[in-house]
Amino acid sequence: MTGNRIARAILVLFFIGLLATPFVMKRISSGRDADRSKTDAKTALARHGFYLEEVSQAAGINFVHQSPKLDPKLDPIMPEVASMGASVSIVDFDRDGWPDIYVTNSAIGSKNALYRNLHDGTFKDVAGELGIADVNQQGTGVSTGAVWGDYDNDGYEDLLLIKWGRPELFHNDQGHGFTRVTEQAGLPPWINANTALWFDYDGDGLLDLFVGGYYSEDIDLWHLTTTRIMPESFEYAKNGGRKYLFRNLGNGKFEEVSGQLGINSRRWALAAAAADLRGTGHPDLFVANDYGVSELYFNDGKRFHEVGEQTGVGFAPKSGMNAAFGDILNQGRYAIYVSNISEDGILIQGNNLWVPKKGTAGDTMKYQNLARDFGVELGGWSFGAQFGDLNNDGTLDLYLTNGYISLARNRSYWYDFSKVAGGNRSIIGDARNWPAFEGRSLSGYQSKRLWLNDGAGKFVDVAQAVGATDTYDGRSVALVDLWNRGALDVVVANQNGPLLLYKNTVAPENEWIEFELEGAGSNHGGSNRSAIGAQVTLVWNGQQQVQEVSGGSGFAAENDRRLHFGLGKNPHIEKAILRWPSGKVQTIDQPAANQLHKVKEPA
Amino acid sequence: MSQQASAPVLPSQAPAQKTPWFGLDNRYLAPALITCILLAGHLSFGILESYQKTLLAILTSIGLELVLGRIFFQQWIHPASAYITGISVGILVRSPAFWPYALCSAISITSKYVVRVRGRHIWNPSNFGISVMLFLAAETVATLSIQWGNYLLPMLVIWALGSVIIWRLRRFHITGIYVASYIALALIRSWMTGSPWQSEIAPITGPMYQLFIFFMITDPKTTVRSKRGQCLVVFLVALLEMVLRLYQVVYAPFYALFVVGPTAMLIEIWLESRRAQATTPTVAQ
Repeated sequence: MTGNRIARAILVLFFIGLLATPFVMKRISSGRDADRSKTDAKTALARHGFYLEEVSQAAGINFVHQSPKLDPKLDPIMPEVASMGASVSIVDFDRDGWPDIYVTNSAIGSKNALYRNLHDGTFKDVAGELGIADVNQQGTGVSTGAVWGDYDNDGYEDLLLIKWGRPELFHNDQGHGFTRVTEQAGLPPWINANTALWFDYDGDGLLDLFVGGYYSEDIDLWHLTTTRIMPESFEYAKNGGRKYLFRNLGNGKFEEVSGQLGINSRRWALAAAAADLRGTGHPDLFVANDYGVSELYFNDGKRFHEVGEQTGVGFAPKSGMNAAFGDILNQGRYAIYVSNISEDGILIQGNNLWVPKKGTAGDTMKYQNLARDFGVELGGWSFGAQFGDLNNDGTLDLYLTNGYISLARNRSYWYDFSKVAGGNRSIIGDARNWPAFEGRSLSGYQSKRLWLNDGAGKFVDVAQAVGATDTYDGRSVALVDLWNRGALDVVVANQNGPLLLYKNTVAPENEWIEFELEGAGSNHGGSNRSAIGAQVTLVWNGQQQVQEVSGGSGFAAENDRRLHFGLGKNPHIEKAILRWPSGKVQTIDQPAANQLHKVKEPA
Repeated sequence: MSQQASAPVLPSQAPAQKTPWFGLDNRYLAPALITCILLAGHLSFGILESYQKTLLAILTSIGLELVLGRIFFQQWIHPASAYITGISVGILVRSPAFWPYALCSAISITSKYVVRVRGRHIWNPSNFGISVMLFLAAETVATLSIQWGNYLLPMLVIWALGSVIIWRLRRFHITGIYVASYIALALIRSWMTGSPWQSEIAPITGPMYQLFIFFMITDPKTTVRSKRGQCLVVFLVALLEMVLRLYQVVYAPFYALFVVGPTAMLIEIWLESRRAQATTPTVAQ
């Protein structure tokens, strides 16, 4: 009997230990994952090697995004259906050597802005005088994103504006103005798009265009004939917008070729990015879909092959809202970051960090999700994210913005959201069945994440410590060295909120190098002038890092085309290997640190 | 969420095995059904992000049951009950981490041995485990909600198969009363809150509820003995769930069962002890 009593006492203690385990795990996790203390700039500089200062007002930027107001039938859930449209893209539209900023607005009658860099720390909105501001007119839809690429190889970046509405192509007239060429280009009259990118999929030196639809293209969100416009499933929906692949014919016209080249999807695309993931010389295409699995299209130069399930990235469905590539381990291979939704106790999808599996390459490439192991899994209702070396220590860090709908602080829509989201398709698919928002928040007022990479497989969130302290409903992030100082600044577009400029100050002992690439153009048998798809592999201090010029990445964003590498202290740079989309390979031996290298593709 | 044997099943208590159904005795029906649900869900929709997590939950559950059964009942307990608990945890718990799966299974099984009144455990093990995890580890744990699509066909298959098996096990009245109560109360909620009635009905058309109505609320070991009492209790579960839903509690069904189930059990145990006292002959002085 005594033995039995002892056994029971041990059992009770064991049970109490089990119940206490969550508290222990919470303590371990909170101690390990983040530096959440708000610190001053000096401390942040000493501790993390950099700090951010929000300077939009001082820089002359007072842009505030406005959400669209759609058909009144959607009024009860308007905050949810009108929750996207804020975007930012970086371009040096006038080729003065200083990056400029283009931002979209989304209310009917609202204006987009093009902030010209005045070189003195300030910017001036010139979108109106150049003809690309008043683009949200009644009957044409509203802006949801913009990407820049020199489609006619005249040396100036042209503008592709995507909308929930009529997509627009603007030709850049040598930096002095823009001419609308939408009809000549042959773009369709209406796409409810949230993502687009420029890339030269066929390597002919002409930039092609991918556009991903979100809502079906036959829906005019301002004049609904039905309220059955919602996804048929929260994680398996295939009733979204179609995808478009526009092949550049070289005469100002584009031909839509998605179906014949293997891209047939009606998933709800929210983000796309392209890069040569396998070293084939052809850019592969990654599409992050809301309400479903991600898609990965391997490109053999002639056709695309959807390999999401085969590679591992397209099996577990989530709410994909971002696609960004980064060589996070300095191994010459890209990881892919996809943002999703995590809300304590309700829906914990976790963001995905798809890292190439060791021993796999080429057509047999496989990915594993290491977001949890690396510490970049939980970011709230995550949206745009970008990789970049923010403290110039030689490894790529990750900036993530988040927050869905910030209305009443103490009233949440999550209960109603979760109630309907798990229901049958006939219920979830009809907007009339969704309970009214009534001013409630849904994952609002969230803290941002800025994960510093230690280079050994761990990221630590230092957003609060280094000054990224806003709680707006973030959507789009772009990284750019705005003032040519060798430091990556962060530009964030917020839904219904201000455009934020986080100016970065980096510890001077950490060095850097940047590359501005320009292709020779198709007329000279070279690459597209924007050099989109060109790769730079930098070899220094016995390690290497690869980066690629992108024509759009993140969520509704485009980083600066210039490639920025942090080098750490006292770097010894061995070489930079440039691989152009044309296939040419160029090596620069021992390029100097702490300067921008402008490189033109050899003819 | 144990169906046939959530308490350690002693040989004398084992369910009848005299009428095998398709060669399967009753003890294996519920494990077979829940395995079919898991496989169907995963093969059609990939509900399991990781086989390993579900396996971890099952192995933890069975392993602990065997060890605790050996220690406290001096025998190897039949693993059917622990298997159902483990697989239920593996399906219902959603977490990016591994440890919650093991912990939830461990809490579920251990609760059967720790929280006992007059030899009976009063909480459905997986209901207890999941509710505790949602209370204590909300930042890491959620439950199955949207991961099984929103299509009617898989639900119809589960309803049909589940109903036949639950009928066979003579527990269909519990499921039936609950579903009828839920729908009636959902309509009342809709009238009270002004929300579309479809949104109030929506949860019961999703996958989480199929596990709840076929496995959790019908657990023979944690429901009262009389048929009438079972009907009353399950109605009260639905009623408390409605109240919690009016307060926008996301996991209302789990919490309602967590409260009503043991309360009913305790009342029954108390009534039985009073009855036993009343019928015990008085010892002559």
